[in-house]
Amino acid sequence: MFTMIPNLVIGAVDLVAAFLFLFGLKRMSSPATAPSGIRVAGVGMIAAVLASFLYVFSVGGAAKPHLMVNIALAVLALAVGGAGAWLAGRKVAMTAMPQMVAIYNGMGGGAAGGIAAVELFGGKTHGATELVVTLLGALIGAVSMSGSIIAWAKLNGVIKKPLRVKGQQVFNALLMAVAVAIGGVIVYGGIVGATPLFYPITWICAFFAFALVFGVAMTLPIGGADMPVVISIYNALTGLAVGLEGFVLHNPALMIAGMVVGAAGLLLTLLMAKAMNRSVSNVVFTNFGEAAKQKPGAIKGTERAVEASDAAIKMRYASSVIIIPGYGLAAAQAQQKLYEFVKLLLAAKVSVKFAIHPVAGRMPGQMDVLLAEAGVPYDMIFQLDDINDDFATTDVALVIGANDVVNPAARTDKASPIFGMPILNADKAKQVYVVKRGEGKGYSGIVNGLFYDPNCNMVYGDAQTVLVKMIEGVRGLGTAAAA
Amino acid sequence: MPFDITMTGLVALYVFMLAGFAGWVIIGNVPAILHTPLMSGSNFVHGIVVVGGLFALLNASTALEQGIGFFAVLLGAGNAAGGYAVTDRMLAMFKSSVAPAKHRRRAKSHHPKKG
Repeated sequence: MFTMIPNLVIGAVDLVAAFLFLFGLKRMSSPATAPSGIRVAGVGMIAAVLASFLYVFSVGGAAKPHLMVNIALAVLALAVGGAGAWLAGRKVAMTAMPQMVAIYNGMGGGAAGGIAAVELFGGKTHGATELVVTLLGALIGAVSMSGSIIAWAKLNGVIKKPLRVKGQQVFNALLMAVAVAIGGVIVYGGIVGATPLFYPITWICAFFAFALVFGVAMTLPIGGADMPVVISIYNALTGLAVGLEGFVLHNPALMIAGMVVGAAGLLLTLLMAKAMNRSVSNVVFTNFGEAAKQKPGAIKGTERAVEASDAAIKMRYASSVIIIPGYGLAAAQAQQKLYEFVKLLLAAKVSVKFAIHPVAGRMPGQMDVLLAEAGVPYDMIFQLDDINDDFATTDVALVIGANDVVNPAARTDKASPIFGMPILNADKAKQVYVVKRGEGKGYSGIVNGLFYDPNCNMVYGDAQTVLVKMIEGVRGLGTAAAA
Repeated sequence: MPFDITMTGLVALYVFMLAGFAGWVIIGNVPAILHTPLMSGSNFVHGIVVVGGLFALLNASTALEQGIGFFAVLLGAGNAAGGYAVTDRMLAMFKSSVAPAKHRRRAKSHHPKKG
């Protein structure tokens, strides 16, 4: 009887938490309301965590003697895990955000796998359905954890190159098949009961081992440029694993939150794959870098270089400028300098807009965050569909640290590996300036015909240095005019 | 008799379906400019797994279960706290040039300015 009230409270709080998550995510659909959205969701999370300590009133007889130790362990784990991740999240640089999200996501997957492991080792699941769902959640959670760790290592530069060996996909398929087969054995053993040949703990360990190795093996061959899609997939998978473990624990809050994230992650994954003009299976199973070889000499002409200050002066006297920033801008840590330059242009009554390609940066929307960090107001930032028609009436398009996302071959050249990919139509502007470290190809190794267009000039140099020169160029003009 | 939500398979599928649909529709409305905070925000939401970890740990009766339960809570707490920290930090950066008054209230929030 005494267990009834606490469990009712837990149920009610979890219901409120699930509502707050949905409401918070809903508020994230506009930059103006988004900060309150995450706060709302945060309140739900704290309430749910505090309420779950009421579980102490309903622990089973076997766990009763350990209760004080368990409570201490729980508080310790919450404090250490929470504080550690909180501090890391507060300190991490915005450019390192993708790997940070990857690592938090891996933690979620690991937690889901851990819950499943406790259920499995303790033999706490009831019936075949729960056992199957537990194993499925365990499999997905474990794959998500080890895969996210590899994704982190790749994004953080710990692993430099995609590792590809012959027959890898067959090997991966075998790993998955063995993991599923072991899962089948565990379910079979669970139904017929333990026989002398059946040591559940060994099988469960083997099951987790294969799942973890599969996550590693699946992620290793995927190139760094495809990591945004991969993180998004693992985000969805962790959500799914959490939802499944929620079913096993009879906790609707976990089920709802997990499945919402699963669906959201799936949608984001599909959006991103579409922006890269590739299918999700193509990202996961195809070695993109190898297909991107193109015959040289297909494009005639030369790249024409201009001085940074000349380009800056041209922009100062233009009436409209669209800036296309790419990851190269962030790699050079030049966002602040760029905004400084933009403010000079704005002061000279030049209309300035930023055009962001969906896959600019190392995760979707990262370039938007990097610009926001530099102080660029979000109403100056435009997405591909909203700005692409404006290029034709724009005086200057300034491309900084981007390459493939402005390659006209995506529209015209059927032989190009990026043919069909949505691009920013920078080439339609009256004048194009491309800031680039030197002659050469982009991340994917594809020649960019835009650089050879008559209306395009190259500004060679590190983005930071070039922007300093551009700022000086415009400032020098100002003082000359005043004098 | 303890209050417990017994979920038969079919009801669970209904919950999954509706939640999945809600997630799809809600996220479908988020503009691309917010996709990174959204991803870390949804990452934060699946940090609710920490609640499941707490349940498993509090009900642990062997050292093995305690160990794994501890690990699950540790990771789940990291997922939730870290996801919140980075999402909140990112969202606080988005400023409008037209209506700065609306955002003034946020300026004195607790997070430190990054140099």
